[in-house]
Amino acid sequence: MSLLRKIRKTGRVAEPAPERTLEDLPAAAQLRGSVQIRHVDAGSCNGCEVEIASAFGPVYDGERYGARLVASPRHADALLVTGPVTRNMASALRRTFEAVPEPRLVVALGDCARDCGVFAGAYGVAGAVRDVVPVDLEVPGCPPEPQVIIEALRRMTGR
Amino acid sequence: MILVGVWYVAALSACALAALAAVLGPARGRPALVGTITVGAGALAAVAGVAAMGGGGWQAWLPEVLPLAGVRLAIDPLSGVFIAVTGAVTSCAALYGVGYAKDGHGPAGRVTQAAVPLFVASMLLVPAAASVSTLLLTWELMAITSLLLVLAEHRRRAAVGEAALWYAVMTHLGLVAILSGLFAFAASAGGESFAQLRAAELSPAMRSAVFVATFVGFASKAGIVPLHVWLPRAHPEAPSHVSALMSAAMVNLGCYGILRVGLDLLGGGPAWWWLLVLAAGAVSALYGILHAVVAADLKRLLAYSTTENMGLVLIGLGAAGFFATAGFDALAGVALTAALLHVVNHAAFKTVLFLAAGSVLRATGTRDLDALGGLRTRMPYTTGLFAVGALCASALPPGNAFISEWLLLQSLIQSGSVSGLAGVVLMPLAVAVIALSAGLAVATFVKAFGVGFLARPRSPAAGAARESPPAMVGGMALAAGCCLALALAPVLIVPALTRPVLAVVAGTGVSARDLILAGGAGAISPTLIAAALVLAVGAVLALTRAVMVRRSRRVARLWDCGAGPMSARMEYTATSFAEPLQRVFDDVLAPENDVDVTPARESAYLVRRVAFHARVPDRIERRLYDPLLAVADDVGIRARRLANGSVHRYLAFGFCVLTGALVVLAVIE
Amino acid sequence: MAGVVLQVVLVGLGSPLLVGVMRQVRARLEGRAGAGIWQPWRDLRKLMRRQPITPAGTGWMFRAAPLLLPGTALVVASVVPLVTTASPLDGVADLFAVTALLTLGSVALALAGLDTGTAFGGMGASREVTVLALVEPTILLSVFALSVPAGSTNLGDIVTAAAEHPLSLISPVSLLAAVALVIVSIAETGRIPVDNPATHLELTMIHEAMTLEYAGLDLALIEWASAMRLSLLLGLLAGLFAPWGIATAGAGPLALLVAAVVIALKVTVLGGLLAASEVFMAKLRLFRIPELLAGSFLMALLAVAASYFLA
Ligand code: SF4
Repeated sequence: MSLLRKIRKTGRVAEPAPERTLEDLPAAAQLRGSVQIRHVDAGSCNGCEVEIASAFGPVYDGERYGARLVASPRHADALLVTGPVTRNMASALRRTFEAVPEPRLVVALGDCARDCGVFAGAYGVAGAVRDVVPVDLEVPGCPPEPQVIIEALRRMTGR
Repeated sequence: MILVGVWYVAALSACALAALAAVLGPARGRPALVGTITVGAGALAAVAGVAAMGGGGWQAWLPEVLPLAGVRLAIDPLSGVFIAVTGAVTSCAALYGVGYAKDGHGPAGRVTQAAVPLFVASMLLVPAAASVSTLLLTWELMAITSLLLVLAEHRRRAAVGEAALWYAVMTHLGLVAILSGLFAFAASAGGESFAQLRAAELSPAMRSAVFVATFVGFASKAGIVPLHVWLPRAHPEAPSHVSALMSAAMVNLGCYGILRVGLDLLGGGPAWWWLLVLAAGAVSALYGILHAVVAADLKRLLAYSTTENMGLVLIGLGAAGFFATAGFDALAGVALTAALLHVVNHAAFKTVLFLAAGSVLRATGTRDLDALGGLRTRMPYTTGLFAVGALCASALPPGNAFISEWLLLQSLIQSGSVSGLAGVVLMPLAVAVIALSAGLAVATFVKAFGVGFLARPRSPAAGAARESPPAMVGGMALAAGCCLALALAPVLIVPALTRPVLAVVAGTGVSARDLILAGGAGAISPTLIAAALVLAVGAVLALTRAVMVRRSRRVARLWDCGAGPMSARMEYTATSFAEPLQRVFDDVLAPENDVDVTPARESAYLVRRVAFHARVPDRIERRLYDPLLAVADDVGIRARRLANGSVHRYLAFGFCVLTGALVVLAVIE
Repeated sequence: MAGVVLQVVLVGLGSPLLVGVMRQVRARLEGRAGAGIWQPWRDLRKLMRRQPITPAGTGWMFRAAPLLLPGTALVVASVVPLVTTASPLDGVADLFAVTALLTLGSVALALAGLDTGTAFGGMGASREVTVLALVEPTILLSVFALSVPAGSTNLGDIVTAAAEHPLSLISPVSLLAAVALVIVSIAETGRIPVDNPATHLELTMIHEAMTLEYAGLDLALIEWASAMRLSLLLGLLAGLFAPWGIATAGAGPLALLVAAVVIALKVTVLGGLLAASEVFMAKLRLFRIPELLAGSFLMALLAVAASYFLA
């Protein structure tokens, strides 16, 4: 009952959808409002993961735009890759990419994913995401703010 | 009709011919020759049985064959059902046996080859026996020939001898029970032919004693708990086509015996007889399927499933007897039709399953589901035919067992009108048991098929499997064809059961035209279900073709979470598949696990080897038989002291017994 | 005939919407905005166009399951009394047959999961079958309890009998059977607290684990079928325990339309309630589920016993 009261008192947490500033991603046009995403942590510091979690939390509510995180790359339309690609994850990332049905999108999320960020040149790092798999969309930030993540998602869902 | 007799005698003669051919024929081509004749014998018997079900009767009285008693045979519609089933199973198994005996698999020796047709002949004689001595004689012949066949591979595996010992003891204890029951019956009836027994007037206590004694004996043949212990031992160890004969044809005769003695010769009886039958059936159904669901040995799984199915048949028989004694003849007819239909259905699918299991055993050398898998591409026919059998066995439409279980449940639904507290308490429990065993049967056969045949091979032996020779596939296909016919056109079979049902109860509740119960209480059309399914799947296929944009399929490697190729060891095995259910029924199954940790010499914390053993022992065997055997052993050892080799002592024993007997006689007289 | 066609179309087109409504209800209760009730249809539309994948080493069972699952659902959709009690497939409109057909669909999917030979596929199949083995008896028993008063297992007859004697719906038999059926429907459709359809963790999965290898068109078929099964079970519950507004044989087009609206409303309300209750619950541990199911089995058994005593 206390939960019920809480639900009533809290009401709607989700913020109104902000205005969009960037146009749709042409490669995602055929998805028409539904993007399933498989998240791959290729060696991130987990900062990006925290931001992804809040992008799909109640306040930003990534799902309202038709994006959804899924469990299997077979179900996915896009990979959301975070962190610099470490040596151990390079082949795993490649295999995950292979497992996604075609055509497939890859989003490199965070500075690390774009150009290895603070980890550039480190011993265990194999390279940026684009060195391992073709990247369609890059999201800057260390970590990127949820609004920015949402913006990127909306460029794919077109909503 | 004389026709039944002609077919029947022809079938028996063919069996004899086959046995003769086995003994006299050349070693080369012996299996083919004997097998072919036996196939013919089976077909003839099936025709005879069907003709008998259609109403043709036949009788014979052969006073010379057996001194004093003579052999008396009579075939009525009820015998016809069992003769037909045995005949059909024989044809499939014998055809299969031709291929099975090739290149060193299965029995090709003179004795075992001759035993198969003799075993078949005895199974054809039992339902036709019309006097106590004939029944007992043929019953014993059946026991001995099947025992010989169970022993066929005793040189290859040590377990065979032990299994045969269990079988020999259990089957003879059963014989003793039947013998004492029927002799007592015949003695009080003043004659031993079935006609005299039917006419006899017995005291209620005597009747009950006869019923209970024969019930125990017949139930042990049908593999009913707690007399089932021989079944999960003997069936897996016998050559597979013999397993099929035993599991699909021989166990049925236990049900036949209960039906013949209880409903026909004794003409019903008090309600508690039938509630006893029903309760025994319910316990067997549940116990059997629980063990089947956790079994990792394919043939053991099938053997336990036989116990389950015989349990279901007994539930039907019990319900039929209960309704008949309460005067609800139409209901009794429905229940009995369901039971007989289930006998037929079970025979069909169990033949396929055992034959397919034998085919797997031949190709891989193992019955262990944990080591199988990946047979789909290597043995496509066996896989497909096993799938048919598994679908039927899991009582799902469009399989055949679904129909008989549906009919059984229908008869129980209507039983609310039969008053009596016992009925009100027992019937819902029976329904619960049927429901639970149906659910567990699904799990059992998903496991058997999914783990055994699909996915990738779990051992090199399974990886090297090859499809069986055409004769074996033919035998399996024949049986699978019977399954499909029974599943899709029960409309043809059910009316044929009318006469057999009428032979023992006064009414049939199932209308002849379709599977419609009297009074329109329930109707189902399996043909329609199958047609609707095919249509719906076709519609879905058409829909995908029409609406969806076609993209070429891509073959990709299995999703391994990016971690690299998965080895066969990462697959789920039968044991792991059944583990959740084993946990759920922990209290009933009492599984035994032990972990052996061998530490390294340097330190107890460094582990060199860990071995894990898990097994689910048969609890009834543990709790009931093992103590009994221990006591028997003990008594035997003590009794040794009685015989110390002194002649004086033996003479003294003789004297004491003689005087004792005289004293007893004097007192009685 | 028209009624049945209407019914199949309603189930086929409406089921994804039901899933959408349920997700939306959940989203609102969690303070989120939600993707809108059309999202499942958007997902399906997209999945139809995506490339299907055949994992190496799988065979015909893997390919057959995405056809069998919706196939069985469609057969069931054409016989359960949602819009009309008059089905041309009267020989299928039997409660046992309907239960068994739904089970057949689950079995096909479980075998497909095993066919992949992956650890997760096998795990999902094992769990699904475990749940199934405990769910099926409960369904059969509740069905049995409901059939005893009607004296028939024909769905049309049961619903007609219940509609004629509304008082029988508040008998202990009916109530116990209703509770049992609700629990097993939740288990069968893989909702919280038995399974979490939104989980990403393979180790907590039941249903999802079997579908991990499916992509594109195959996945679309499976998701569509799952949605249909959900709405069918809810529709069956609504039909059995609130059998009003269902058209009978020979009803005119207007009556059929009204019946369609009524059943859509009933199912939507039930779905909404289910979704709302999920917000208040957590998923049970896997080995707690049998206890829940055993409880429902017991309730169904009580219902059967009660039906005998009251008969
Ligand atoms: S981008 Fe920043 S937050 Fe993200 S993984 Fe790299 S260091 Fe961590």
